This record gives sequence, structure tokens and C-alpha cells, in this order.
Amino acid sequence: MTQLLEEVESGRKRAPVIEPGHSFNTVTKKISDIVLLRPLSIGWIAGLLLCFGLVNLLLVAVGYLFLKGTGIWGITIPIGWGFAIVNFVWWIGIGHAGTLISAILMLLRQTWRNSINRFAEAMTLFAVACAGMFPLIHTGRPWLAYWMFPYPNTMGVWPQFRSPLIWDVFAVSTYATTSLLFWFVGLIPDLATLRDRASNIWVKRAYGALAMGWRGSARHWSRYETAYLLLAGLATPLVLSVHTVVSFDFAIGIVPGWHTTIFPPYFVAGAIYSGFAMVLMLAIPIRSIYGLKDFITERHLENSAKVMLGTGLIVAYGYAMEAFMGWYSGNRYDSFLLWNRLHGPYAFWYYSLLICNIGIPQVLWIRKFRTQPVLLFLVSTVILVGMWLERFIIVVVSLHRDFLNSSWGMYYPTKWDWFTYAGTLGLFMFCMFLFMRLLPSISIFELRTLLPESKVKAE
Amino acid sequence: MNEPAIYGLMAEFDTPDEIVAAAKRTHAAGYRNIDAYSPFPIEELWEAIGFHHNRVALVVLIGGILGCMSGYALQYWVANIAYPINVGGRPFHSWPSFIIVTFELTILFSVLSAVFGMLALNGLPMPYHPVFNVDRFSRVTEDKFFLVIFSSDTKYNDGETRAFLQSLGPKSIEEVPS
Repeated sequence: MTQLLEEVESGRKRAPVIEPGHSFNTVTKKISDIVLLRPLSIGWIAGLLLCFGLVNLLLVAVGYLFLKGTGIWGITIPIGWGFAIVNFVWWIGIGHAGTLISAILMLLRQTWRNSINRFAEAMTLFAVACAGMFPLIHTGRPWLAYWMFPYPNTMGVWPQFRSPLIWDVFAVSTYATTSLLFWFVGLIPDLATLRDRASNIWVKRAYGALAMGWRGSARHWSRYETAYLLLAGLATPLVLSVHTVVSFDFAIGIVPGWHTTIFPPYFVAGAIYSGFAMVLMLAIPIRSIYGLKDFITERHLENSAKVMLGTGLIVAYGYAMEAFMGWYSGNRYDSFLLWNRLHGPYAFWYYSLLICNIGIPQVLWIRKFRTQPVLLFLVSTVILVGMWLERFIIVVVSLHRDFLNSSWGMYYPTKWDWFTYAGTLGLFMFCMFLFMRLLPSISIFELRTLLPESKVKAE
Repeated sequence: MNEPAIYGLMAEFDTPDEIVAAAKRTHAAGYRNIDAYSPFPIEELWEAIGFHHNRVALVVLIGGILGCMSGYALQYWVANIAYPINVGGRPFHSWPSFIIVTFELTILFSVLSAVFGMLALNGLPMPYHPVFNVDRFSRVTEDKFFLVIFSSDTKYNDGETRAFLQSLGPKSIEEVPS
């Protein structure tokens, strides 16, 4: 592999993308056996049941919400956007890393992404599913949510296309569709592998139906590769647009702390920041439990840590810019926002945010923290907490004290807020547990192309 | 009806190098109705069997243009004709706020045409295909490479084609029953 050679030549020895000694057989066997042969373990069943319990908690929380209305949450005026929007932005941001890995790194020819793109894309799908639920249930009457789509109706009413909330509907639904299709297209050849390796006739038929009769024809591969490349090219601007549009939900409003042009890039960087943290939190246990350290090597951990370090610095720049504009604009409401963040009732959470997102992640400059799985796992946890706090600060602190102090207020989340949030965490993990055992968690055919023997030598 | 119906002859190879070399020679020998099968994409392979252009990109371009135009047209029609709302005297045709939905629909239509266009051009879903009748063919999704000369090829002749395939040094040659 030229990339490996270059690294050896450059004198710096880094962990390989795939451990030496693998062939087409061993790669195929190792990954498909997780799905087809590995017996169910106690740990997996226990984890699945625990998450299933949380899914039920979500159902109870949402069921009660539908019964009583959004009054069961802590939202009041002036804080009409509580946990629902915080969690929405947090989840959708997590999803962005999956698309970054599958699309942007593919366009940049970062072949190391081949062994983490599959489960990162699955993570995207499940995160977007969790995210999409929040604005829906936040509307109060989710059974009328289809009103947001343009369709001919007897009321003669159409959506307001000048509203960022409608942009959101289009951005998020396009993103969900694209993520699903991108993921499925990537799965087709691997589903065919599972079809051909399964011994149970029903398992064979199930994967066979999903593989749609894929037979690896060269003509098919040619069209497949073009389509896949184009999908990556389309998903790249799309993923950047999605969090940009999410940031417009805030930036188009005139609330101090929201009405700022730095939001789109700062939101996108924050999304990738938290997404990579989630990728690592999933990859680190997966690679050791399922014995995939040959394919998800230290190199992957280190590269992801570097992406986090880079995007974390962009986020830090965003915070610095917000503070700078608070002072430099000379606008009393903007400077009050800064004062309120530093000294107001939520100051503790603002400092926690700075420590979680800017302070602690700086340890990633040290090589050991980038390659030691346990340390990296802990840093990723801190970043996910920090990114959640960031959205909390943006949503709640900006809203709770705006222009008129007669309309100031405080936000106290209720137990239903927490149940709903915990429930989506459960739903996300529940889907991940099922995914790990039902589908190949690493793209087998793309791993084959990483092997030296896959290259055709020039004649 | 006495003749056994044969769909083609299938030769098996072990490495990408071998199949690409074999495919090149087969194409050079004048066989056109051929196909090669591999467990992962090999650019040299589809070039070798003479498949230089696929129309996926064109389909996606058309889809994208349609998405772009229908997205903008939808918003123009809604904001100006179907449901005009006067917001503080601002123009109905406020095009800057229509850019985002136009962009999203461009992407959406392009993505849908890329995925479904690719599947349609590939003729998928196709649950049954004669090549699946060969037992060893199940290795194509794992580690083996196959070259098939279809009996519908004008140059196809049972004995000669078999001898030709044998000269390529395959691991095995099998008949594909139709």
C-alpha cells in the first residue's frame, strides 16, 4: 500500500490501518461470523434489555406527553425551547460525524475510514431518528406534523417557506433520507456476502432479499462506484448545510446570543466534534468486545482524536468570538449576555462547558491520550457532556433574560424532560445493539480493497 | 430440445491480477458478450471487459436539475400564487429565503436518482440469475473472481470457447446452466 510505504519512508512509524496477515477470506470471515456464528452473550442480552427498558421509559414519557401536552415539561415563557431543542441539536450534531466519515473522508481519499464508516453511518441514522423526534413532540400536536409538508389540502394552507423552521423540516428529512440510502447502498455487497455464507435457509433468504440479487458483476460495480462517489459528493454539502440550517433556527431570530453570523461554521464544527466523540465511545468497546482490533486500530483512534482536537479548537474560537463580540459590539444586550453567562444563575454550567469543551480536551495534544483507549473514552465522554451543555447554554441562557427584565425567568427541567432524554439514549443504544448483531458492522468489501493483494499490478 | 441449454461458460480465478489479465485477453479475442464478477470493485476489470461508460452520472445530473427547478417552482408558486402572505410589506418573491429549500431538494432528487438510477441500470432487484446455479459462484462475495462468456455471444462455440478459457489458466471451468 502506497500510503503505508510513504509513512515508513517518512521515518514515522504509525499503527497500520489494518493489521498485516489478513486475506480476503479472513476479513470476510471475521466480520460476517459476528453476525452469523457468534452465540448470544449474556452481556449483549443484558445490554439490550437495559436499553429496551429505556425505550419503554421513552414510550411512557411520550405517551404521557400526548395525553397532557407540553405542560409536563419545564418549558414556560420566556424559555419556550427547553430540553426538546437542546436534545434535538445535540443528537443531530452527533449524527454529523457519520456522514463526515463516510462522505467527506471518502472524497479526501482517507482510506482508513473504510473500517469505521459502516457503524458510524448506523450511528448517524439512529441519532437522526432520535433528533427528529424532539421537534416533532415539541410541536405539542405531533399528529398534525404533516402540515409542515407542502401538500394540497382542503384548508388551502401552505407552509411558510421564509421560516427557518420549515427549512429545518426539509434539511433534516433530506438528511435522514440520504443517510439511510447511503448506508443501504454501502450494505448491498455485504448483504450478498452474508447471503452466500449463511447456512440457515431463512437467514439466507432474509439477507438475499435485502441484497436484491447482487452478484458482483463488473458492470454493476462500475455503476455502483459512480453512484457511491456521487452520493459522497452530494452528502458532503448536505451535511454542512444541515447544521447550518439548524443554526439558522437560532441565528435568524433577534435574541442576543443567537443573532450572530458565526453560528453556521461554529455549529458544524461542534457537530463534528461531538460526533467523533460518540464514534470513539462506540468504537472503543466494539473493537475490544468483538475482537476487531485488527481493523479498528490505534491509527483510527488517533486520527479521530486529531479530528476532535481540530474541531474543538474551532469551537473554542467560536466561544472566544461570541465573548469578543459581546464586548466589541458595544451593544448593551450583547454585553449583558456575556455578563450573564459569566455571572448569572447558569454561570456554573457555562464554566463547566468551558472546562469540558476547551479545557480537558487539550490533553489530546499528548500522544498517549490519543492512543490509549480508556483515556480516549473518558475524554470523549467529557466532550459529549460539554457539547450538550453548549446547546443548553445557547438555548436556555439566551432566552431566560432577554431585552426586558420584566419578562425574565428561569428554566427548571422536570422529570419528564429527563425521562424523554434518557429514553432517546436508550433508543439509540437499543438500535446499536441490534445493528451489531444483525448487520456487518464493518464494511467488508471496502476492507478487501485495503488489502495489498486487491491492487492490480500494472503490466 | 436434446441439446442441454447452456447460459455460458464460467472460469474461476484466484487473484485480481489473473482475472484482469484474462478479461483483457477475452475481450481482445473478440468476445463481447462477457461479464466478470469480483468480491470488490476493480476499475481495471470493467475497463478490461470493454465497459467504459456508465450513465449513472447523467441520471444524477438530470435528477438534480429537476430537484432544483421543482424546489424553486414550488416555493415561488406557494408564496406568490397559492398562498401569498404579506409580511410587513416585504416582496412575495423573496428569493433569498427560497435558496435553502431549493438546495435541499436538489440534493434529495440527486440522491434518489443516484440510488434508484444505479439499481435500475443494474437491473436490480433480480433475485434469480443463471450464474447463481454454479455452486462455486457463492465465493464471488468472498474471495474468488469469475469470468463468464455467455452462450449468446456471436463468437461462442462450445468446444472452442472452452479451449480458449482453458488457455487463460483458470482454476476451474464450469458450465452455467440456464
